[in-house]
Amino acid sequence: MPMKLLRGLLVCVVFLLAGCQTVLMAPSGDLAVQQRDLIITSTLLMLLIIVPVIVLTLFFAWHFRASNKKAHYDPEWDHSTILELLIWAAPLLIIIALGAITWVSTHKLDPYRQLERIAVHRPVPADVRPLQINVVALDWKWLFIYPEQGIATVNELAAPVDRPIQFKITASTVMNSFFIPALAGQIYAMPGMETQLQAVINAPGEFQGFSANYSGQGFSGMHFLFHGVTEEGFAQWVQKAKASGGDLNRDAYVKLAAPSENDPVIYYATVAPGLYRAILTRCLDPENPSCMTRMDLSPHDSGDSGAMLRSGQANGMAASATHPHSD
Amino acid sequence: MLSHPDLAKLIFGRLTLEALPLHVPIVMWTFVVVALGAIALLGAVTYYKLWGYLWHEWFTSIDHKKIGIMYMILGFVMLLRGFSDAIMMRGQQAVSFGASQGYLPPEHYDQIFTAHGVIMIFFVAMPMVTGLMNFVMPLQIGARDVAFPFLNNFSFWMTVAGAMLVMTSLFVGEFARTGWLAYPPLSDIMSSPDAGVDYYIWALQIAGVGTLLSGINLLVTIVKMRAPGMTLMKMPVFTWTALCTNVLIVAAFPVLTAVLAMLALDRYAGTNFFTTELGGNAMMYVNLIWIWGHPEVYILILPAFGIFSEVTATFSRKPLFGYASMVYATVVITVLSYLVWLHHFFTMGSGASVNSFFGITTMIISIPTGAKIFNWLFTMYRGRVEFELPMMWTVAFMVTFVIGGMTGVLLAVPPADFSLHNSLFLIAHFHNVIIGGVLFGLFAGITYWFPKAFGFRLDPFWGKCSFWLWVSGFYFAFMPLYMLGLMGVTRRLSHFEDSSLQIWFLIAAFGAFLIALGIACNIIQFVVSFKNRKALRDVTGDPWGGRTLEWSTSSPPPKYNFAFTPRIHDHDAWWMMKKYHWQRPLSGYLPIHMPHNTGAGFFMAVLSFVLGFAMIWYMWLLAIVAFVALLVVAIGHTFNYDREYYIPADEVGRIEQSRTDLLASHV
Repeated sequence: MPMKLLRGLLVCVVFLLAGCQTVLMAPSGDLAVQQRDLIITSTLLMLLIIVPVIVLTLFFAWHFRASNKKAHYDPEWDHSTILELLIWAAPLLIIIALGAITWVSTHKLDPYRQLERIAVHRPVPADVRPLQINVVALDWKWLFIYPEQGIATVNELAAPVDRPIQFKITASTVMNSFFIPALAGQIYAMPGMETQLQAVINAPGEFQGFSANYSGQGFSGMHFLFHGVTEEGFAQWVQKAKASGGDLNRDAYVKLAAPSENDPVIYYATVAPGLYRAILTRCLDPENPSCMTRMDLSPHDSGDSGAMLRSGQANGMAASATHPHSD
Repeated sequence: MLSHPDLAKLIFGRLTLEALPLHVPIVMWTFVVVALGAIALLGAVTYYKLWGYLWHEWFTSIDHKKIGIMYMILGFVMLLRGFSDAIMMRGQQAVSFGASQGYLPPEHYDQIFTAHGVIMIFFVAMPMVTGLMNFVMPLQIGARDVAFPFLNNFSFWMTVAGAMLVMTSLFVGEFARTGWLAYPPLSDIMSSPDAGVDYYIWALQIAGVGTLLSGINLLVTIVKMRAPGMTLMKMPVFTWTALCTNVLIVAAFPVLTAVLAMLALDRYAGTNFFTTELGGNAMMYVNLIWIWGHPEVYILILPAFGIFSEVTATFSRKPLFGYASMVYATVVITVLSYLVWLHHFFTMGSGASVNSFFGITTMIISIPTGAKIFNWLFTMYRGRVEFELPMMWTVAFMVTFVIGGMTGVLLAVPPADFSLHNSLFLIAHFHNVIIGGVLFGLFAGITYWFPKAFGFRLDPFWGKCSFWLWVSGFYFAFMPLYMLGLMGVTRRLSHFEDSSLQIWFLIAAFGAFLIALGIACNIIQFVVSFKNRKALRDVTGDPWGGRTLEWSTSSPPPKYNFAFTPRIHDHDAWWMMKKYHWQRPLSGYLPIHMPHNTGAGFFMAVLSFVLGFAMIWYMWLLAIVAFVALLVVAIGHTFNYDREYYIPADEVGRIEQSRTDLLASHV
């Protein structure tokens, strides 16, 4: 019975907020949907204690007002063991419940974790490999590299509906945060480090994406459209990029990376091999003393794992999160 | 002579006429208005021949009460600056949609939100919290002053010097455009080569010296100077929260100092602590700054909790419910506040186990906090609640703060945070707890202790106007931001494409307008109360029927606070004294040992300001001179042996006799 009531409330709240175009309450990607459900569950759980506290505050303030001589006045009463146990136990119980939910959901919705489902009751088919997209936050625009398709775009992103996507994310100079609210939660884009996001879009459409971490002068204009499209639509979109675009070689990249604001969409038909890795490891200029593949790596980190080493160092436990199945 | 480039560079560093905003009308006009205001103020002080009075009675004073009041004035003045920034942001976001770029280009807007955060936390909330602790705590523990009275004066002036550097940045050069925590790589020399971040670093370093020394001072005062009989568990709750806050200050501020020093080295000396190059790591900065930053939140809120505890008990005419559990809750929060810092950056790629650990520790803090709320609730229960202004602020706090607490716990759930991090939902959350908690608490405390400080109450009518405007203004200003956060709108944007969002920003701007009226009412309240000070006079020293020791002495208290050091038998010491019909001793006074005023703290702060300004503009020569002068004054002050004097017993007798007469004339 309480569960039913809760779910009823949940539907009400969602309906109300969805009416106001709150994208977080009406998202289109499975990860964002689960995050939405978690927000609602947690809120309801906390309202169990918040609502009585607010009501009691107002009621006590009114009932025990000085002018109400009928109210019981006990000028010495300042202790009750039972009550004190209760007032520590009530929040404790809620937090135990919420803590359990937190532990499970944080692991289940870890952005590094490979998707197990596309949507409710729809596991990822065994033969589907995630679409790879490498994201680079530049000053102040987004570069998206599609290694399998061999194309790249600026400030426009597309992916087929219901196909898992694996984003690998880094930045050129300063920190940004890669966020498409309709798709999934955000993750930071940081220079010399790589973060990941595994997500899936479940509905076709155009969705807003942007940087959610202030990055300087051009920050406000650092948004893009994310197109959820069919497989055919995606193939056409790739074709469009291939047909109309130029080459993203290292020189073109250096030019692109120079600070600029409110940039239009750009398509690149080809991408220089190893460009993303070179950006990540800061080896665009191999003579750069900061180039990580040149840096003296500790023995257990062989060859090309320089960037991962950085990411691991920088993010505490991020290295473990890159192997989600190890737990 | 000065046209010689090298010489000019030696003297002026990188400061040129370009740094003055001569070509930026909006800043120029602000400057003209501020300059006129300053000239009017200085003129008035000169006209009324107040310089000597101000210098001898206030600036050089090492009386904790006067220093406390000066901290409050600094906080209020800076509130006006911080709030003008807020109004400008709300104005910009209310109009900057689609084709309209608003009236603030990003280079201004970005400075404004950075300055707003820095000023509100470091130069409004911190001085006000420190000021209240300074004024109230020694009185509550029956002490005659703080442990290190000169240090107290020095701390205050260092805070002023920091605030003045931030104000200077408005007219000479620019302030940081990095957000209030100045994360590298954005704040490093590559991305922010101008003087803005240097203003930020030096303002906070100089003010930070003041904060740290004041923390040590107040901590030692509580530990060593309590009146006989006041064991730890007999301390008033406000003193308990002050103790915990100062423990937090002493443990947290050195981290801030260290992290800013490393950032400064990166910028000045080319080190690579936080750079992307040569093995530097910006994540280290983010970790360190939040290891300071999260305890900082509790440094602000704990004293507010203390204020609410005093106010609720006083106006409910009942002892605080669950004193012991209130104390334990405060201590638990103090310890836990060091175990949660990572929740500020769940989204920077930490693993799921790390994120859940920090999420859960964050939630655990809500247990003692919840217990506190219940304690206040049950203090009202079976009470006779009088809705004087401080109590109104307290009820408004209880209703508002639990909402902020709830959204805070929600943000502590990492997957929820992935969606809500950096959104306007987050902005709404922390304003919800800082305005609804810290600021409401400060207003409650100011109204509550004002008669103690000045000998007359604040006018209740204008206070109530201010109360309703602030509370309703808060809800109008920040509830729309919760909504916008759920609509996926992120923070620090100076322009929006989607004009359907505009209505929410207009509502928020209306809320800010209401708050502006609330602040105007605050000012009117001060003026009206000062004019009616005779009618509002507090002759008893105990205008509210208080429970703790500060109400046992006169309003305002004499220099020496207490003619005789009181003996304590209960945490509601004054309540017990009243209950057992304690009689004020009227004879047997002894000479009282007091510290002398000194201008050394003021001069050292002025030199620190010069040093900071010189470092910001690369004026190495001036920096060296200022630094050497600072050392000379500091060392010179140690040779000042004229540090103390005795108030003779008959003078104490005269002061006490005049109080006896006053009390007798009003019975």
